[in-house]
Amino acid sequence: MADREPNIRLRGIRNAFGADVVHDDLELDIFPGEIVGIVGGSGTGKSVLLRTITGLRRPQAGTIELFGQDALNADEDTRATIDRRMGVMFQDGALFSALTVRENVEVPLRNVDDLSARMRAELADLKISLSGLPYTAGDKYPSELSGGMRKRAGLARALALDPEIVFLDEPTAGLDPIGAAGFDTLIRKLSRTLGLTVFLVTHDLDTLHATCDRIAVLAEKKVLVTGTMAEMLEVDHPWVHEYFHGPRARAALATMEGKA
Amino acid sequence: MTEHQVQIEEGDEDGTRVLRLSGDLSVQTLGKVEPVLARHDAGVPLKLDLSDVDRFDTAGAWAIAQLQVRMEAAGSALELSGADSRQRQLLETVTAALPQPPEETPRRRGLLEMLDALGRATVSAGLFLAELSHVLGLFLGRLARSLLQPRRLRWTALVAHCQDVGWRAIPIVSLMAFLIGVVLAFQGSVQLRQFGVEVFVVDLIAISILRELGILLTAIIVAGRTASAFTAAIGSMKMREEIDAMQTLGIDPAEALFLPRILALLLMLPILGLIANLMGLFGGLVMSWIELGISPAMFITRLVEGTSIDHVIVGMVKAPVFAIIIGVVGVHGGMKVESNAESLGRMTSASVVTAIFAVIVADAMFSIFFARLGM
Repeated sequence: MADREPNIRLRGIRNAFGADVVHDDLELDIFPGEIVGIVGGSGTGKSVLLRTITGLRRPQAGTIELFGQDALNADEDTRATIDRRMGVMFQDGALFSALTVRENVEVPLRNVDDLSARMRAELADLKISLSGLPYTAGDKYPSELSGGMRKRAGLARALALDPEIVFLDEPTAGLDPIGAAGFDTLIRKLSRTLGLTVFLVTHDLDTLHATCDRIAVLAEKKVLVTGTMAEMLEVDHPWVHEYFHGPRARAALATMEGKA
Repeated sequence: MTEHQVQIEEGDEDGTRVLRLSGDLSVQTLGKVEPVLARHDAGVPLKLDLSDVDRFDTAGAWAIAQLQVRMEAAGSALELSGADSRQRQLLETVTAALPQPPEETPRRRGLLEMLDALGRATVSAGLFLAELSHVLGLFLGRLARSLLQPRRLRWTALVAHCQDVGWRAIPIVSLMAFLIGVVLAFQGSVQLRQFGVEVFVVDLIAISILRELGILLTAIIVAGRTASAFTAAIGSMKMREEIDAMQTLGIDPAEALFLPRILALLLMLPILGLIANLMGLFGGLVMSWIELGISPAMFITRLVEGTSIDHVIVGMVKAPVFAIIIGVVGVHGGMKVESNAESLGRMTSASVVTAIFAVIVADAMFSIFFARLGM
């Protein structure tokens, strides 16, 4: 993968809240079509990193290249084009509560020229179905859905414009194991068939095992190591070792080996 | 958008219609491609050449999948050529995910449905009244209990709510009443001067403020301020399951939340009404002096001699009733909030409207009642 141009290239990123430095000289490359899991302890700035890449937060220093373009100094049009190639699924879906699920998915489609209302609605229905929701969910309001369904609806909206990168913030947090496993399969399937690059913030070891091509560990204010699950098990750093060799990690590994 | 281009070339091969697509076949160009595919007569065999398509996404796949379904239903064949394996895979995924809208049951319209809607509206109106009586009953029950056991009453909360409901409302209520007094004096003087009985403006101001306007307008302002505050406070607690938590901890929400609030209102509204009466009379006095030259001393003499204390009693009797109406409606609105922020906003504004409306209805009923009593 190293010979390909990365979709996301971060260099020297520094994020600080007052005197509290979250990221310092952070570097990360994410290549087209791969699913990268971001892990790290609480307060290591996983969500801050996601917000930085998606343009919701401006870092104090560093460069962000998205699709080979400088995202921080891009003019408005370029930035809008970049944004259109990215989709974000927030932790609880962040659906607009006054709109039905279908209308939520239609929101990004409204910016596309020449789409009739009927096409928008039918495309939205397709995205809802691709995200694994039943057809009837389209007419419901976010408050009428369960947490897992809201996440799926959030994913459907993130996928509305067929982005090349999707950012998923804790996609399986708060889901039951069956729902979480279903979501893992869904992410993997969508990534493979749509050629999606996935930036996945998660604490769920099962999700890491089941979906991620590569794992990036955030610690000591930067991306400490990246690599596959197998490579992570070899890392010597105490936190990484604790994370991937703790009792929960061993249980997750055992089930994966049992399946394989 | 200039960067998203699509070309459609049409051709013919041995009676088969050929469409050669090139460029983008994506959500950005769907508006151009889809109508062409949708217009294709499903009975005619079609060959789609995708070999020059660069960008192909689910939207493009959807357009082709739709056409495929339509042509299969008509029994003709759609041939795809030039699609690479990824494009074929995407098409398969999309075809598998094509939503199947359930058969819509046509909605019947007619007399029966109107009756149905009317019946439902009537029942829900009845239920609404029943729920209000439930809150009222809870309040009265807890009030009786805490009168017997004063330790049970949450004194801190009561005082805090009294401050919120009463003390903080004094400026707005005073200003409102003062201005009403001014307006009455001014309008009254213009009319009464025609008959040369300007001095009766004192009676006009006294009776209308003491009997009606002082307490009614105070209640309306308090309904706007306090009913909404009650609904918002209790509603947000309901939304975050705090009320459920209280119940599981053995705390009675009616005692902890409803009683101090409604009781504070019950204690404060008469006082606010009294302040409004005084300020209204004061406003009338000032305006009568400026506009008609009735001196304050004369105004007060005329007020004391010419106005029966009955008017004050008739006005103040309504205050506790208005207080309970506003409190019960506000608390009930809070308990009806569901688990989303939207319903909180909806119930808050509904509480204000209901409380004001109910206060005015109650005032009208009082008028009829006192008229019958001859007071």
